[in-house]
Amino acid sequence: MKLTGAQILLKMIKEEGIDTIFGYPGGAVIDIYDAIAKQNQVKHILVRHEQGAVHAADAYARANKSVGVALVTSGPGATNTVTGIASAHSDSIPIVIFTGQVPTGLIGNDAFQEVDTVGITRPCTKHNYLVKDINRLASTIKEAFHLASSGRPGPVLVDLPKDIMQTIIDFKKPANVSLKSYRPNYKPNKKQLTKVVELIQNAKKPVIFAGGGVILSKASEQITTLAKMANIPVTGSLMGLGAFPGSDPLWLGMLGMHGTYRANMSIGNCDLIIAAGVRFDDRVTGSIDTFAPHAKIVQIDIDPTSIHKNIKVQCPIVGDCKTALEGIIQLMGNKTFDRHSEWIGQIQEWKETTPLRYDQGGKIVKPQFVIEKLYELTKGEAIITTEVGQNQMWAAQYYHFDKPNHFITSGGLGAMGFGLPAAIGAKAACPDKLVVDVAGDGSIQMNIQELMTAVESELDVKIVILNNQYLGMVRQWQELFYDKVYSSTAMVNAPDFVKLAEAYGAKGLRCDKPDEVEATLSEGLNSKGTIVMDFIVDREESVYPMVPAGQAITEMLLV
Amino acid sequence: MKTDRYLLSILVDDEPGVLSRIAGLFSSRAFNIDSLSVANTTEPEISRITMVTRCEPHIIEQIKKQLNKLINVITVNDLTDKKYVQRQLALIKVNAQPEKRAEILRIVDIFRCKIVDVGLSHYTIEMSGNSDKHDAIISLLTPMGIIEIASTGTIALARENGR
Repeated sequence: MKLTGAQILLKMIKEEGIDTIFGYPGGAVIDIYDAIAKQNQVKHILVRHEQGAVHAADAYARANKSVGVALVTSGPGATNTVTGIASAHSDSIPIVIFTGQVPTGLIGNDAFQEVDTVGITRPCTKHNYLVKDINRLASTIKEAFHLASSGRPGPVLVDLPKDIMQTIIDFKKPANVSLKSYRPNYKPNKKQLTKVVELIQNAKKPVIFAGGGVILSKASEQITTLAKMANIPVTGSLMGLGAFPGSDPLWLGMLGMHGTYRANMSIGNCDLIIAAGVRFDDRVTGSIDTFAPHAKIVQIDIDPTSIHKNIKVQCPIVGDCKTALEGIIQLMGNKTFDRHSEWIGQIQEWKETTPLRYDQGGKIVKPQFVIEKLYELTKGEAIITTEVGQNQMWAAQYYHFDKPNHFITSGGLGAMGFGLPAAIGAKAACPDKLVVDVAGDGSIQMNIQELMTAVESELDVKIVILNNQYLGMVRQWQELFYDKVYSSTAMVNAPDFVKLAEAYGAKGLRCDKPDEVEATLSEGLNSKGTIVMDFIVDREESVYPMVPAGQAITEMLLV
Repeated sequence: MKTDRYLLSILVDDEPGVLSRIAGLFSSRAFNIDSLSVANTTEPEISRITMVTRCEPHIIEQIKKQLNKLINVITVNDLTDKKYVQRQLALIKVNAQPEKRAEILRIVDIFRCKIVDVGLSHYTIEMSGNSDKHDAIISLLTPMGIIEIASTGTIALARENGR
């Protein structure tokens, strides 16, 4: 079969089972766009900025539990993807980014729209390629998808010179990928698993700590089973929300800088942590010296570099979370386990004396109240994407995720502008789901142009702006640690989001009264089309609890 | 902070960009490279990188794991506590005025080096050995007036049972 490079690219994407890609055309990829127009197997969603394409692909991957694909042109097209790639890299999300490149004969000549894309993206991809030989094209694409989705997943970039896309060859299906230098270890060491069972048997105050790796390895069911078998309370990182049901009595809430009191206290007092798919990020550990001072730590991770990187652990397990947890559950078999009633009682006391709280008295809408109402109205069934900052933390605290793959956020990188394109990507993956972007008035403006993408592609997303006319999280730090010098964080000059929504052909709603929050949400969520809901909220509300950076996580600032 | 010297022998795919992936890893994670030497092996698609790094003991584990994580790295062999042979090659151009020539030749003889180039006013000496020998001959030749030096990083191979 004679095919052009561009046709081979689309064929290989289709072979991977990907039906939707996100992209933006340009000179170096014009042949690929010509091929896209002449087929109907892969749907292309035209974003309005290349960063949006990558965030959308990221969320598509998470919502669809598959690989996301972005396609952009050379030079500025490629450089605009870097934030999106770095975000996916931090969160280990499987995406493949195809970038156009100038023709092979011009590479290195500082040609128009030429950048060293492979050089620029090397530190923020799992791996990347420049295809210089049409005969290596198909096998490279196959390898890229394999690398992105296997082991610890991550973004892989393939740089495609224009002439390679134009060349015609006799297409042959590439062989299965076999790399002598890349064989992720999925199967954990059984001795270590036995050790975990012993540790559980001897523990008086155990805690399970679930991270993004549990969701990536589809091990939520196993985490839940393990927790129930030995009545072990569960906390999660931001990336781990939804790995364990948020409405379960054993759920402690999120851990870390804005974690719940009981989650942070549990880690501070426990004698065993079973950590799965986490990398002990500084936002979770606080000061390392005081992290879990009484605990033995089991750490399950597919990536050996995650183990002993920040925290010394007593029982490292390199392997797939799901396989490891299944192994542990099997070894626990019919053994009986202590119900840890004293420990559970202590946690209950922490929960009762110091719950997450805010006060919705008065005439000003509290942002937490909006999220609580959103949770009630959607019955916890919506896919929630977020921007970054206070909006993200309130969504994490007050929307109780029962299922994995329903909370999509830029965790490790913390990229503002993530939520809106992510909502579009999630909606493309799950058209039947309600998708809500929880945003702030600052971050929504960072990729606001994607409103056009949502409207044009009829990917109806609902945007909840918690509008406090501040870059709220930075303002909060300035309030607490910089003598209330609100340097450059007051954003009193903002567009009228209702009019802006209308300008894009979406619908805008505004609400500034607590007793209208529910009605506004209800109207917005139940209307067809893309809806922007602008909630004017308390300007100086802060996210609590808060652990000041570098302090012990048990030393929280409370409301 | 106490640092130790580690010697790593790394087999990698012989592809463009591999060296920059390794150099990038070290710079982005603030690891140090003392010396680096890269050359082909008998297998056409594989190169060997011999690297000397200095770090605290707990960092070396992370360095090895991070190297292994690179897709183009095939194996990382830590020779530090194994039996191995190591060599460093240096070319040393030294000022050789007639009255100093005999002394330079004696030093060359003692260190079992070779003169590989001679001019009216210089010798170029080839030295191979470990880094101690390298340092020793440099210190003896310095008073004669070293004009310039080119030297390689350390290369090393495990002894027969040291793999």
